Amino acid sequence: MEELDSEPTVTLIPGVNSKKKQMCFDWGPGEMLVCETSFNKKEKSETVPGCPFIYIIRKDIDVYSQILRKLFNESHGIFVGLQRIEEELTGKSRKAQLVRVSKNYRSVIRACMEEMHQAAIAAKDPASGRQFSSQVSILSAMELIWNLCEILFIEVAPAGPLLLHLLDWVRLHVCEVDSLLADVLGSENPSKHESFWNLVTILVLQGRLDEARQMLSKEADVSPTSAGMCRILGDLMRTMPVLSPGNTQTLTELELKWQHWHEECERHLQDGTFASSPHLESLCKIMLGDEAALLEQKELLNNWYHFLVTRLLYSHPTVKPIDLHFYAQSSLDLFLGGESSPEPLDNILMAAFEFDIHQVIKECSIALSNWWFVAHLTDLLDHCKLLQSHNLYFGSNMREFLLLEYASGLFAHHSLWQLGVDYFDYCPELGRVSLELHIERIPLSTEQKALKVLRICEQRQMTEQVRSICKILAMKAVRNNRLGSALSWSIRAKDAAFATLVSDRFLRDYCERGCFSDLDLIDNLGPAMMLSDRLTFLGKYREFHRFYGEKRFCDAASLLLSLMTSQIAPRCFWVTLLTDALPLLEQKQVIFTTEQTYELMRCLEDLASGRPVRGEPGAQRLQEDIENTKLEMLRLALARNLARAIIKEGSLEGS
Amino acid sequence: MEEIYAKFVSQKISKTRWRPVPPGSLQTAETFATGSWDNEENYVSLWSIGDFGNVDSDGGFEGEHQLLCDIKHHGDVMDLQFFDQERIVAASSTGCVTVFLHHPNNQTLSVSQQWTTAHYHTGPGSPSRSSAPCTGVVCDNPEIVTVGEDGRINLFRADHKEAVRTIDNADSSTLHAVTFLRTPEILTVNSIGQLKIWDFRKQGNEPSQILSLTGDRVPLHCVDRHPNQQHVVATGGQDGMLSIWDVRQGTMPVSLLKAHEAEMWEVHFHPSNPDHLFTCSEDGSLWHWDASTDVPEKSSLFNQGGRSSTFLSHSISNQANVHQSLISSWLSTDPAKDRIEITSLLPSRTLSVNSLDVLGPCLVCGTDAEAIYVTRQLFS
Repeated sequence: MEELDSEPTVTLIPGVNSKKKQMCFDWGPGEMLVCETSFNKKEKSETVPGCPFIYIIRKDIDVYSQILRKLFNESHGIFVGLQRIEEELTGKSRKAQLVRVSKNYRSVIRACMEEMHQAAIAAKDPASGRQFSSQVSILSAMELIWNLCEILFIEVAPAGPLLLHLLDWVRLHVCEVDSLLADVLGSENPSKHESFWNLVTILVLQGRLDEARQMLSKEADVSPTSAGMCRILGDLMRTMPVLSPGNTQTLTELELKWQHWHEECERHLQDGTFASSPHLESLCKIMLGDEAALLEQKELLNNWYHFLVTRLLYSHPTVKPIDLHFYAQSSLDLFLGGESSPEPLDNILMAAFEFDIHQVIKECSIALSNWWFVAHLTDLLDHCKLLQSHNLYFGSNMREFLLLEYASGLFAHHSLWQLGVDYFDYCPELGRVSLELHIERIPLSTEQKALKVLRICEQRQMTEQVRSICKILAMKAVRNNRLGSALSWSIRAKDAAFATLVSDRFLRDYCERGCFSDLDLIDNLGPAMMLSDRLTFLGKYREFHRFYGEKRFCDAASLLLSLMTSQIAPRCFWVTLLTDALPLLEQKQVIFTTEQTYELMRCLEDLASGRPVRGEPGAQRLQEDIENTKLEMLRLALARNLARAIIKEGSLEGS
Repeated sequence: MEEIYAKFVSQKISKTRWRPVPPGSLQTAETFATGSWDNEENYVSLWSIGDFGNVDSDGGFEGEHQLLCDIKHHGDVMDLQFFDQERIVAASSTGCVTVFLHHPNNQTLSVSQQWTTAHYHTGPGSPSRSSAPCTGVVCDNPEIVTVGEDGRINLFRADHKEAVRTIDNADSSTLHAVTFLRTPEILTVNSIGQLKIWDFRKQGNEPSQILSLTGDRVPLHCVDRHPNQQHVVATGGQDGMLSIWDVRQGTMPVSLLKAHEAEMWEVHFHPSNPDHLFTCSEDGSLWHWDASTDVPEKSSLFNQGGRSSTFLSHSISNQANVHQSLISSWLSTDPAKDRIEITSLLPSRTLSVNSLDVLGPCLVCGTDAEAIYVTRQLFS
């Protein structure tokens, strides 16, 4: 066993006093049953009123959120698309594809966050409002982590572009500045707005120097005294060398230019160019990457990773990926300043900066209340071929383990189970067995739902499950007195035994009522008739009745005979068959030939000799008498028919 | 298909239906109803694609449909039909048939009438009834016909408390769908590949005609009748095949067209442009079949350029429709397959597309992936 990473959380079951009573539990696929036992902890058997309920404990509660359902459904499509990305795609196009997939995932998270935010605003009671708000912050953290992982692991940005990506990352997640910007620009006199300098500072901190310059020019317009200083700082902002995507300059060139620019800034500061304006001076210090000046803006920076990115921007613009963790760690330490300890989110981001993917996933698994995030992120990283070396000491690899967890959670849900199927499909090792176990436990409320489940099983050649589902439906139909339906289902399952059972029910009903039910089905059995002997007999016997009804007596007669001679008809039914022969024997014209009559006689004697002779009293005796009378009548009719047939055949041959 | 809007709605959609536009009006479709299934709580909902006047300036949400109102529905919604402008009939997996009334003034739905045990099973030897899912419903004001897993056919009238006519044991297997052929005749399809015509003027529980697929008895899941030629009927089966039938002659389909890879859940002729047909399937696809008969202009368009010809040909076939209606393009005996153009309407495969409806240039469909897709430019 590995050590536990954190203390497990305690869930209290309402109504159960665990100090006095013992509890028992049972594991389910995605949930747990808990109830109170009748055992007491202490010897004395005081009868405290117990808790009469059985509780279902679910671990993946996010599955039950209405809004998150959209996330699950929409991301399902992306997931399936990702699995189909052709393996042949290599190099650049593959990477571009993966980045696009990652962005799609993120946009789904964002859309969900947006809706959750609206819900939080519209919430009627404060409790649910709080719940929505906390979901918003969880989603936003998820997106933040995902975005960073995208930059570091999927995009694998090299020195130079790396910082540009990180800047975008920070700008995307510290977005209050945009509303502030609109607010300030919308006011009558922007530079006199109380947040004017805050705004300029934030713009500089985020490296949005063009916008900062425009703001400064507004200040210059209204205060001639500082106009000169503003222009100089503005020039510094304009001349700061940055890497632009289309540019072909090398990193060394950039570094060289940047060094010059940095020195120029330094000179201005030392010359006291901005000495008369503390605001401008502090901006200049920020642009020099002065740590103390940066830390003064803690409020505006919000968090340590913003601090990290700003610090890199103004002191190490060409930072290499491998050096990131060093700056990250020191930024975190500086920013927190020993006042507070890092939170789970900080640890996760730090692990990402250290390029420790497994640590990221592990921390996320512990911190987040759902499997959605880790399952999808891990799968995506696995497609980037980043996780191959890692094997777990249980199950298969980590990707599959997390996908299985997530899919099991979906299957525990009343209606999201359909999504889970595809996730199981893409788990090569244990997916199939998991699906087999889960799919059998789907309640089949209507035939339509059953058909959907059947389709899933049939597509995957899960014959065992197909048979079991059809059998369940056939049993249900029998219980509801729907024999036709039952027969259809057993035919679909190719379940000969059950088809025989249903056919027997049909024959019994016929014997009782003297007519067939469900003719539309029995008349149209077609090749399905061959499924079981009894079913064949049922179909053929009905065919006999049809011939008879259509007055095709000769066809009827030979079919009847062949039913007995070929041994398809069950013995118990022979009396009925022979009785059915009676009206044919009594027809005006001769129908059975001599040959056929002999056959019939043999059948009759077979039957008679096979009967146990028992002298039992009462009703049974009466029944036997009736049977014997029937046999006698048959013998008589057969004898007469034989006589007529001999004469007819003789005279025909003679003529 | 240029403009197709998707909206995820947090419930699996089993049925989508446009509200009919008043006869003679020039309005286009703007309201549709949906039913959900397999949720712990199911709903019948009304949606609008009309503009509300508060459309976002960036136009981002312009095409999206908005929820007008919804009401809880007991059991899965198995089928849904508009009875008239205000009333919607819903068939439930609990065997119940409910008529919902829409109040446009305060945007609410209420139950206006209910037949709670329209469909039920009777267990062997016991008089106890257990509910049976009602699988299909069709309306022709004032009549409502329902069919169910119990093989029963019910004829209701909106103003009657009890069923006007019930045919018990009408079918030995499950009835999957029903449609009106011509009053008072209806058409049902069942799970053993049969198409049955029933005449309510006749007593007894025998159909007046049975048509069937030969051989494998593939279950039929949906049926629709040609809007102008009442003898032309299309059905969709479990194997995804589209069958076209001429109920005047023969007992077998006129043509069998290989279509989807799994159950075809619905088939609809375009109500005003019946050379176009739409199908959706469990395999997650939604198809547009264009059988507009060969018009010279069309073949020249063919030569000019690929796919767009489907859409361009529309206006031509529309005008030609009047005098061509005598020979249906769906029944022509020559191998028609090469003349039918098929377009897939959904951008990517999803889970099952359970239902679709077309009205004018608008199409709506609902999926198990909990999304509703709407397009307003079918023939653009």
